[in-house]
Amino acid sequence: MSGMWTAGAVLLAGLAVVITLWRTSRARDDFLTQEQRITFETLHTAWSAAPPLRAGLVPDAAKKSARHLRTLLGTPALALTDETEVVAWEGVGEHHAADAMRLAADVFATGRTRAFDIACDAPDCPVHRAVLAPLTVEGRVVGVLAAYARESSAGLVRATNEVARWASGQLELAELDRSRTRLVEAEVRALRAQISPHFIYNSLSAIASYVRTNPERARTLLLDFADFTRYSFRRAGDFTTLAEELRSIDQYLALERARFGERLQVTLQIAPEVLPVTVPFLCLQPLVENAVRHGMEGKVGPGHISILAADAGEEAHITIEDDGIGMDPEALRRTLAGQVDETAGIGLGNIDERLRRCYGDDYGLVVETAQGLGTKISVRVPKYQAGVHA
Amino acid sequence: MNSTYGIVAVLAVAIGTALVGTYGLRISRTTSDFFVASRTVSPWWNASAIGGEYLSAASFVGIAGLIFAHGPDMLWFPVGYTAGYLVLLALVAAPLRRSGAYTLPDFAEARFGSPAVRAVASVLALGIGWLYLLPQLQGAGLTLHTLTGAPDWVGALLVAAVVTANVTSGGMRSVTFVQAFQYWLKVTAITVPVVFLVMAWHAHGARDLTAPELPVFPRETVVTFDADTVVHVDEPVVFGGTGVVDGRAVTGSTALAVGDHTIAAGSRLLAPAGAAVPRVSSIPHNTNETWAMPLRGGESFPLYAVYSLIIATFLGTMGLPHVIVRFYTNPNGRAARRTTLIVLALLGFFYLMPPIYGALGRLYAPELLMTGDTDAVVLVLPSRVVDGLGGHLLGALVAGGAFAAFLSTSSGLMVSLAGVLSRDVLRLRGIRGFRVASVPAVLVPLGMTWLVGKVPVADMVGLAFAVAASSLCPLLVLGIWSTRISTVGAVAGMLAGGVPALVAGLVTISAGGGNVFLARPAAWTAPLGFVVMYAVSLLTPRRVPAGVNHVMVRLHAPENLGLRSQDRR
Repeated sequence: MSGMWTAGAVLLAGLAVVITLWRTSRARDDFLTQEQRITFETLHTAWSAAPPLRAGLVPDAAKKSARHLRTLLGTPALALTDETEVVAWEGVGEHHAADAMRLAADVFATGRTRAFDIACDAPDCPVHRAVLAPLTVEGRVVGVLAAYARESSAGLVRATNEVARWASGQLELAELDRSRTRLVEAEVRALRAQISPHFIYNSLSAIASYVRTNPERARTLLLDFADFTRYSFRRAGDFTTLAEELRSIDQYLALERARFGERLQVTLQIAPEVLPVTVPFLCLQPLVENAVRHGMEGKVGPGHISILAADAGEEAHITIEDDGIGMDPEALRRTLAGQVDETAGIGLGNIDERLRRCYGDDYGLVVETAQGLGTKISVRVPKYQAGVHA
Repeated sequence: MNSTYGIVAVLAVAIGTALVGTYGLRISRTTSDFFVASRTVSPWWNASAIGGEYLSAASFVGIAGLIFAHGPDMLWFPVGYTAGYLVLLALVAAPLRRSGAYTLPDFAEARFGSPAVRAVASVLALGIGWLYLLPQLQGAGLTLHTLTGAPDWVGALLVAAVVTANVTSGGMRSVTFVQAFQYWLKVTAITVPVVFLVMAWHAHGARDLTAPELPVFPRETVVTFDADTVVHVDEPVVFGGTGVVDGRAVTGSTALAVGDHTIAAGSRLLAPAGAAVPRVSSIPHNTNETWAMPLRGGESFPLYAVYSLIIATFLGTMGLPHVIVRFYTNPNGRAARRTTLIVLALLGFFYLMPPIYGALGRLYAPELLMTGDTDAVVLVLPSRVVDGLGGHLLGALVAGGAFAAFLSTSSGLMVSLAGVLSRDVLRLRGIRGFRVASVPAVLVPLGMTWLVGKVPVADMVGLAFAVAASSLCPLLVLGIWSTRISTVGAVAGMLAGGVPALVAGLVTISAGGGNVFLARPAAWTAPLGFVVMYAVSLLTPRRVPAGVNHVMVRLHAPENLGLRSQDRR
């Protein structure tokens, strides 16, 4: 049984350490003066209300911020509305919530802070007066902050007004966040599915040349073409699995082989363990397209391309290599730095940026190249990343 | 025992593993069969790989040793190891696959979005992995010792070195085909000798395995003691040979009366044929008849021990760090279910064999009951039963198979442990972090082998299962099937179940398995983990992670409904 006692003792000791640490961290408040404490508490309350406000005027988040805002104003009740309904009521007298939108109509119309008398039948209801202040974003009233109290004073009106202005600032930041996200999404959507017009033209000509001589091959190629375009233009979804991306690459290469014939040689080495790994949508196909273009351009003999995907513990490592004309490192650097340069690869900068945005700056593209010496592009993808799902 | 063949077999397996790991990947494929290469692994291959990685030292040598000593209660080990996969399949496999998590810490983060839950899950995964790696190294030491008489640390070091070299050189890792090959190697190595053993047993007259008499020495046998051993003599016996018995140096005939006797390390006693075998004091008094009865294995609370074992093995499998990764190699849920079905068949077949070794060991190698090296029964039996060269070759085959078991399980574990260490502890990502992390991943259990008392290999593995069943199993099962689990509850439950189980395990390992509540803790720690996790969660409803419903939809909705694209933040 001595083992049990040891176990118990270890657990108790651990618990004691945790409690001590917790107590010490709480005790720091005692070193503040009265003024510092008030400043600290006010700012702390305001700051606690900020993160939920940054999510906008939605019920869950508004409920959380309303709690802190009511603490700031010290009123018995406080409500937040958006343009159509009350999204949060904090405090007592919730039966007044039904009436709030009627009062708010005036505020929406004038954009000014207003005070109202409220009739109430309930004997113990502390709510007799309401102060409604507008929440404005970019000059437009998007909601109302309503403070309910027993009696109104000039002080309450001013305080409510100030708190509403502060909250409006947070809502503007929320709007800014949203537009930034929208911008990023639009950028990705615009850039990710760029099928090169040359590729469409070349593929269709190559297929046309088979229609009479080898109708069966032409049919297969057309199906590949259809599948490839469907994948590239597919539904909104920023991620896919490596297996699907490789299938699309396979179709792409089938079309390119129709054009180049035996000159295009491809070596593929894929560890089956990494096939289910989630990767950003169309993050590899443009690299292969790039390799084909650089590997075959200005060449009479065969060009060789190899695609490797290996399991590396926590990550999958993918390498795409060609033995073609290579790239000018300086031009490539400019492309990756975000300056558009037509000659240095299709969408490399875009892919690099998307990888970094998903996985962090450690996971950008690594390109090894020199003019005339071929190109090797390495992509590392963590197998698991929070928030990334196919 | 002629050790040359055995050494050759062990070295062949070690070198072969290293070579396959290094060169196996170099076979590349060209354009014509482009998509054949990226096709996913078939359920058969995948199931073999799971079997290869899963059948560890405990399965290969440990189970037979425990059955040999303690009888049919120990059959719950193979039943539990196999049934654990059924529980995994029914409760966890599909949602876990949909979560996108590759490791248990990944799952903790995906489900709870909390660094604290992830950190606790990481620490537990590390602890479980080390606890599981330890018996592999111990088993390797035992095997080399039985073959050559080399000290125990030689075999442990050999396995540690081969596995570390393989993992860091970028070889083996979790390559499916290598592990699949290992399964078939192990099955061959354990099945072929069984055929010859049973044939030989028949040829010797098929002696009754459950006669109402004590095991007897089948022939004149030299019994060598490596450590000071307390034996209990049930029938008086006269030994020859030299040694130190009860503090007196003896040479020639020594009569041992009924009762306990201490035999010093280095003694070599000569037992006459037909004499009843004295037993190590930890092994119960058993005739072959009572040995074959359930609940007579000599534990102090036999029914508790059995249920504890069942809980640990049924629930623990899902919490082992290297098991869930394999399910990702399946292309879809259907293939995952087929894979699991095949795994059940493959494991079931393999586990038919160890009991045969355990039972025949009572007839042919009973002196192991006297020395206490019961784990060695699989290794010594072939050369005992089959005479001459054939016996040596079969012994070599078993030894090679045992090494395959140590190497493949250790590799899978090392990969998982190095992954957790590099990402969550050292915070080094990429291949360099992985290599750096593999060193502490193996050094810790290697260091622990010095602390280990005489605990049977399978019991030690059972402890790893118990910790997993008490900590990560509640996290997985409740995390997947309840929306009410809060982050505080998850952490509290994992600690409440895992820490007592871990402490009980460490105490048992360092002090030897005496107390059944410490040696088999799962029956009280696993319910504790579940109850604490759920109760604390109910008490802290505000700490339920936001967006739990989104996560639940992703975990439970079939992949092809298209629901998954809508939950993106």
